[in-house]
Amino acid sequence: MARGGVRHAGELIAEAGRRGLAGLLTPAALGGQDAGHVTFARAVEAVARECASSAVIYDVHVSVASEPFALFGGEELKRRYLPRLASGEWLGAFALSEPGSGSDAASLVTRAVREGDEYVLDGTKMWITNGGEADLYVVMARTGGPGARGISAFLVESSWPGVRPSRPLRKLGLRGSSTAELVLEGVRVPADNRLGEEGAGFRVAMSALDSGRIGISAQATGIAQGALDASLAHLRARGVEISEEASLDEALAAAAPAVSVPLAQMAAQVAAARAVTVHAAELCDRGVPFTREAAIAKLVSTDACVAVAHAAVEICAPASHGDAHPAAIRLRDAKACQIYEGTNQIQRLVIARELLRA
Amino acid sequence: MVDIRLNEEQLMVQGSVRELARGRIAPRAAEIDETEEFPWDVVQLFRQQDLFALPFPPEYGGLSGSALTLNVAIEEIAKVCATSALILAVQALGSYPIMLAGTDAQRERWLPDLASGRKLAAYALTEPGAGSDPGGMVTRAIRRGDDYVLRGSKIWITDGGVADTITVFASTEPGTRSRGISAFVVDVKSSPGLTATTIHGKLGIRGSNTAELHFDDVVVPAANRLGEEGEGFRIAMRVLDRSRPGVAAQALGIAQGALDYAVGYARERQQFGKAIAEFQGLQFMLADMEAQTAAARALVYHASALIDQKSPDVGHAAAICKLFAGDTAMRVTTDAVQILGGYGYVREYPVERMMRDAKITQIYEGTNQIQRVVIARDLLTG
Repeated sequence: MARGGVRHAGELIAEAGRRGLAGLLTPAALGGQDAGHVTFARAVEAVARECASSAVIYDVHVSVASEPFALFGGEELKRRYLPRLASGEWLGAFALSEPGSGSDAASLVTRAVREGDEYVLDGTKMWITNGGEADLYVVMARTGGPGARGISAFLVESSWPGVRPSRPLRKLGLRGSSTAELVLEGVRVPADNRLGEEGAGFRVAMSALDSGRIGISAQATGIAQGALDASLAHLRARGVEISEEASLDEALAAAAPAVSVPLAQMAAQVAAARAVTVHAAELCDRGVPFTREAAIAKLVSTDACVAVAHAAVEICAPASHGDAHPAAIRLRDAKACQIYEGTNQIQRLVIARELLRA
Repeated sequence: MVDIRLNEEQLMVQGSVRELARGRIAPRAAEIDETEEFPWDVVQLFRQQDLFALPFPPEYGGLSGSALTLNVAIEEIAKVCATSALILAVQALGSYPIMLAGTDAQRERWLPDLASGRKLAAYALTEPGAGSDPGGMVTRAIRRGDDYVLRGSKIWITDGGVADTITVFASTEPGTRSRGISAFVVDVKSSPGLTATTIHGKLGIRGSNTAELHFDDVVVPAANRLGEEGEGFRIAMRVLDRSRPGVAAQALGIAQGALDYAVGYARERQQFGKAIAEFQGLQFMLADMEAQTAAARALVYHASALIDQKSPDVGHAAAICKLFAGDTAMRVTTDAVQILGGYGYVREYPVERMMRDAKITQIYEGTNQIQRVVIARDLLTG
């Protein structure tokens, strides 16, 4: 289980690279596994079931930090960076949010001013997962006028002058993953490092987030499954066990309703979270539009994981009141899933927009 | 948009049933609810369109026998009329015992007429004193030579008053609870002593036939017993594992029908100078309804696919989808009434009927409380 303060993201991704898992969504020709989003979702869920912090490090690296390349990057750019990310040599991150621009991402104010063959980036990015540990950032900055069309995407190496991540923020949960502010002060970025055309940055970001939401949904499913696991382990430790041959009568007698009712609700929510996540991933892999299903998956799975983790804390009480109890950790970790990669309020607006468009 | 989870057969059935439901059943739905009369015209329509064939394998006159195909059809019909959808679901429920536990001869004897819809089926498990606890049933089946004599009562039997072929569960060994239960196929027309009393005044699915059955020394040939003596309870449970996704599909259709209506209304209805769909508070409601309905669909399709793959995990998935879809139908229809406001509350609009119809999906084929026990037992086993 990841502990707060330990900088282990690079190590984790290096290990994933050694096992051939760091480039699941990267084309094979560029060193990745090109395994598709269903496999990606299964992998993130499996990691999150044990440790949500590790899952978000991994998810961000594999999806939003690597995938925009495959879709929008030029050949040279892909060849320069993707193999390093896919092998786990480098750790990736994605920088869209700012202190004053969260749900309203199109209002971001970080500037990218063209000077000859370079852009000069100035501004502050916020809530950057893997911030301070990443070797490469996908950064959205304003090259043009106000609104979504004035935004472009850039690849920024952490070693460049003026790239200044803050110390990791202290958080409610996901304490094993670093979340930082990223100050960009006169950072000179070669024009070649622009991802897609000028003005295409918002589209790059939104497309990354559609797929990224599959990862977050998988993370939420894994957290929920982990919380359910913790509840079952707790009950077994207290001698609640039902034989395989048990009739309903015996099951009713063995499992007090106070326990069996929330357990069943939890199992149903985990199953629903997994089903909507896999469905969105399948659509994505087939190349059909899946914005609506990704938003549904994100909303259903992350609301489910908070509810399931909360129920787990109740089932495992009072032990679960301890800071390091697996149910307590899940509850703290779960909350982030309703907030990042588009708050669940934003998911609702996306779903309603799609619903009312038809 | 084409649902990638469905194959060609399923998409074809979905398309044609959707059209049929919209064109032929939707215009009748309010009337069926209002009059509380069993819609024989819908039965006739299902016969003509060969929809009763859906749950059956081809060798008995069925289509592919795919649970997913059937449940897609149930969903489409339930979008416009839950009562009509139930006719199809119960034809499957009443036929599954024969399909799952019958000998070849028994299947030959009953299934073709059920697959064509010439005869209607029913499933009689529940009793006045044995609902969630079917092991506590008291209806007796007493062996007499080559026959059994059935004595007792069954209640809440969907289509009990209109069915020709009823699978009845009765105790052949009193005092042993579920271990002493056996299953029998009763041919209604050749069963003097069997009387059905239709129950009127239901909250929802009002056009559906719900009956109390009285067995006053009804003679049933031993050849009509499904499986061995004492196997009845296991048969009943296996049937429910298979049929629960059908009820869940009905719930899913009710939810989707209410959501569709609410979306259309929200686009049209003007308040404060704009469509109410433009208000964020309403959009949040619609989004939650959509997300929950989509999740219910994912679970129903998943459980149905497991049935088609003959997976051993069907029972767990069936209980989960039934629980989730039933609760979703109740919540979504209640919110649809809310979105329509006063109009939602009156009979000129369909959503109050949908809300009334939704309630039963939390109750029958195992209350959602029982589903929770089933799910929890699976979790805590081993």
